[in-house]
Amino acid sequence: MTVDQGSRGELLVDVDAVHKSFTGAGGAELKVLEDIRLSIHAGEIVALLGKSGSGKSTLLRTIAGLISPTRGTVRYRGRELTGANPGVAMVFQTFALMPWLTVQANVELGLAARGVPQAERRDAALAAIDLIGLDGFESAYPKELSGGMRQRVGFARALVLEPDLLLMDEPFSALDVLTAENLRTELMSLWTGQQFPTKGICIVTHNIEEAVLLADRVIVLGSNPGRILAELPVPFTRPRDRRAPAFVALVDQLYDLLTGREPDVYEAAPADATPTARPLPQASVGGMAGLVEIVYARGGRVDLPEIAAELSFEIDDLLPLVDGATMLDLLSVLGADLVLTDTGRAWTTANIQDSKKIFAGQARSRAPLVRTVCRALATSADGSLREAFFLDLLRRGFSTEDARQQLDTAIDWGRYGELYDFDASTGEITADPAAALVDAEAAS
Amino acid sequence: MAVLRSFPSAEALRRPRQSLVDVAVVAGAATLLWGLVQLSRGVTAPFDSAAPAAAISTDPADLPYYAARSLLRMFVALVASVAFTFVYATAAARLRRAEKVLLPALDILQSVPVLGFLSVTVTGFIALFPGSTLGLECASVFAIFTAQAWNMTFAFYQSLVSQPRDLDEASRILRLSRWQRFWRVDVPGGMIPLVWNGMMSFGGGWFFLVASESISVLNHQFTLPGIGSYVAAASDARELNHVLLAIGVMVVMVIGVNVLFWRPLTAWAERFRVEDSEAAQAPRSVVLNLLRRSRLPRALGRVLGPLGAPIDRVMAVFGLAEYPLRTSPTRRRAGDVVFGVAVLAVIAWGLLRAVEYVRSTVGLGEFPHALGLGLITFGRVIVLVVVATLVWVPIGVWIGLNPKVSRLAQPVVQVLASFPANFLFPLVTALLVATGISLNWGGILLMSLGAQWYVLFNVIAGASAVPNDLREAAASLRLPRSLWWRKLILPAIFPSYITGGITAAGGAWNASIVAEIVKYGPTTLTATGLGAYVAEATSAGDFPRILVGVAAMSLYVVALNRLFWRRLYALAQQRYTL
Repeated sequence: MTVDQGSRGELLVDVDAVHKSFTGAGGAELKVLEDIRLSIHAGEIVALLGKSGSGKSTLLRTIAGLISPTRGTVRYRGRELTGANPGVAMVFQTFALMPWLTVQANVELGLAARGVPQAERRDAALAAIDLIGLDGFESAYPKELSGGMRQRVGFARALVLEPDLLLMDEPFSALDVLTAENLRTELMSLWTGQQFPTKGICIVTHNIEEAVLLADRVIVLGSNPGRILAELPVPFTRPRDRRAPAFVALVDQLYDLLTGREPDVYEAAPADATPTARPLPQASVGGMAGLVEIVYARGGRVDLPEIAAELSFEIDDLLPLVDGATMLDLLSVLGADLVLTDTGRAWTTANIQDSKKIFAGQARSRAPLVRTVCRALATSADGSLREAFFLDLLRRGFSTEDARQQLDTAIDWGRYGELYDFDASTGEITADPAAALVDAEAAS
Repeated sequence: MAVLRSFPSAEALRRPRQSLVDVAVVAGAATLLWGLVQLSRGVTAPFDSAAPAAAISTDPADLPYYAARSLLRMFVALVASVAFTFVYATAAARLRRAEKVLLPALDILQSVPVLGFLSVTVTGFIALFPGSTLGLECASVFAIFTAQAWNMTFAFYQSLVSQPRDLDEASRILRLSRWQRFWRVDVPGGMIPLVWNGMMSFGGGWFFLVASESISVLNHQFTLPGIGSYVAAASDARELNHVLLAIGVMVVMVIGVNVLFWRPLTAWAERFRVEDSEAAQAPRSVVLNLLRRSRLPRALGRVLGPLGAPIDRVMAVFGLAEYPLRTSPTRRRAGDVVFGVAVLAVIAWGLLRAVEYVRSTVGLGEFPHALGLGLITFGRVIVLVVVATLVWVPIGVWIGLNPKVSRLAQPVVQVLASFPANFLFPLVTALLVATGISLNWGGILLMSLGAQWYVLFNVIAGASAVPNDLREAAASLRLPRSLWWRKLILPAIFPSYITGGITAAGGAWNASIVAEIVKYGPTTLTATGLGAYVAEATSAGDFPRILVGVAAMSLYVVALNRLFWRRLYALAQQRYTL
């Protein structure tokens, strides 16, 4: 069912110049989506691919009519949405089944909402349950089922409505690798076998291989704010072979796009980047240490897709570590390769006290928020400040949750480097008396 | 082991952050009180004092009939509480502006000592149904309702606003109607906190049942046939053996309701557990198993099942469970301002009128007087909480850490927590009269008869939830006794202890109204305190003084909750939650 660009099916959903932003503290506008334009046609599978923070789930919920764009419009068959999109059904990452209803009652729920008579409802539900391979589980409750079977119920509940467009929000990411693979394959054979009761599919994913495996078109979203970086057609026939050279080449190309330095984010020199212009990636020190160690153990250079597959890491888990390690100049990215830097080599081979010193130096000079905290502590009278002070500052550029997350990361990094300490019960950040807080610039 | 959970559950105690709102809360409370007093004063004119005065016999043969009447009142009140919960909590959770008013109002209602209002409600309801005892029945049911409804409403509200986001999105995408959403998503989702808080509040309701069946208002004694008035009559006649008999019947009734009604209900509600929530040991019930094996439920299902679809269709008029995606921010802001100003204006006007009413009748000097009396009652509450803590924390920990003992103690504690303490008042009063101890001290004992169990109850729940590996770690560290208490047990039970403390203190304030004036036979004992002040004003029908007394007591309760308990509770949630 691959559709070439010339003979696209009818237009189902049209996203036109959509912006989405939230109002932060002090009236600052926090952008989540910026100028998104895309259309979804009948007969195609579109994948929205991006890191966390790229707003891909927000975009999907805008298409579903669950949230409204700040500017721009979403149209379903030419009609602007004013509420939940009447032509879609959705499959959730967390399944979103009613735990108190049986499999059959869950599947029938949407039909009941449409006022379908009971007998008809039962037949349709049984047909959908049969189609999706759930025979024999009609009277089971979701909590009796494994994750894979639950997601099958999720699919049956969506497909029984025969929607124009099926929306899927990372439908396989809560499942184990084998179950996910099995479900993906079955779904694709239904789609290619023309039995599929929907006209199009839009899937959100952060798994690059999954996107290439399923989609006819991959739309790559960049972060902060979410915007379309690239749109790549996937011209392969189904079923697709992961080892085919063209497949691998496309996966590498997507890796490159996702790890690529986004110009406006990475341009600022570390010395004068502000905490809001260059947020800290959500990476733990332990995670970065593990990654650097692996790169060191493999001779200082590894292929990113390869290592991700080997560790069975999702890129959402891996990329923050890569971002953190490159921010601190412990690793650098060349194409789809990770390369150990001299600092990284020194850090991973040093003893624990020295490695803490190296880390402290890197964090102080290269992580903007850590530097800001250090400077503020150095200028305060008693070397301690309340966390609320930093949260207030951060909320000018971040939502409340993100501000919290940023500060937590900075506290984690600074604590490990013994730059400062944090007392959670009083909310007080205190400078470590032994730490040099501001002579960092001279050292780096 | 359903008993091993704390009560009220966390859902019922959680509150949104309020700061400036507090001022409005206190002002709103005063307005509400004044409004109620005004309402009832208006209807005292056609007051028919001749109608209700059923003679209560102390013949044991009449006791089953009285008990049944009392039980009926309890269940009518329960039905009313559930209906109130559904409407009120749903409105608070779904209507943004209403939430701003409904939630603080509920907080007040929970803090106001309802017993002080019995006279107001009794006169009001009697005037509604002149010449029959229906008014008295309503007043009694209303008093029980006030003991049951608030916790249930808070718990249900909390479950509505903390509904998982994906379930909310799924119901919107599936285009459920409001009616369908309520019955298929909202009610099932809130079923466990609702049933649990319902069961425990039902226990609290017995106290109000006893207090409301026999009450003296406007110098007139009103009685309803019931087990509470039976005890009152037996106490008047100084027939201690009949009091003991009634206590026995009461125990049987409390246990019976638990076994036949609440246990099956809690066991049945397990099916609504979302699996990733806390996995307490699932309650089981023999009665439910019997019911499940019988053909009755299926037959009922066959009769009632076909009704579902037509009702669904009719109720679709309420519309889809959806809200418009776009609202104009300016219009919304303007609406907020208008709404806020209107609410504040009503509160300010009511507050002014209330103050004016008191000033023109008993004078504003009455407030300092009532607050001074409140200080004495406050002293009693402090003594009670401290003594209950010293006595019940070690015992509760011992019980909670020994699974064998808690299995034995569980039904006993459950009965103690549900048993209406005012049933025992005649016995204690007889003792006080005989020994000549002043009620100023004896009042503490009377107040503690009901209140202390909440401390024990929650400490047991907390102690039994201490993870085994922590206890083993402490054992392998060979912690000395004092360290074991300070570093393991006390921090671990702190959250449940605070929950128990809040409830015990609140219960003690309420109990002071019936505990600071007691009668046994011809002797009346009176203690100095705010409770006695309110009780005296109630029986004399002195509305300005009722208003002053209840306002003073609400002020104490609200202030203590805000300044003391809420802070400890926040600390417990932040630091000591396991």
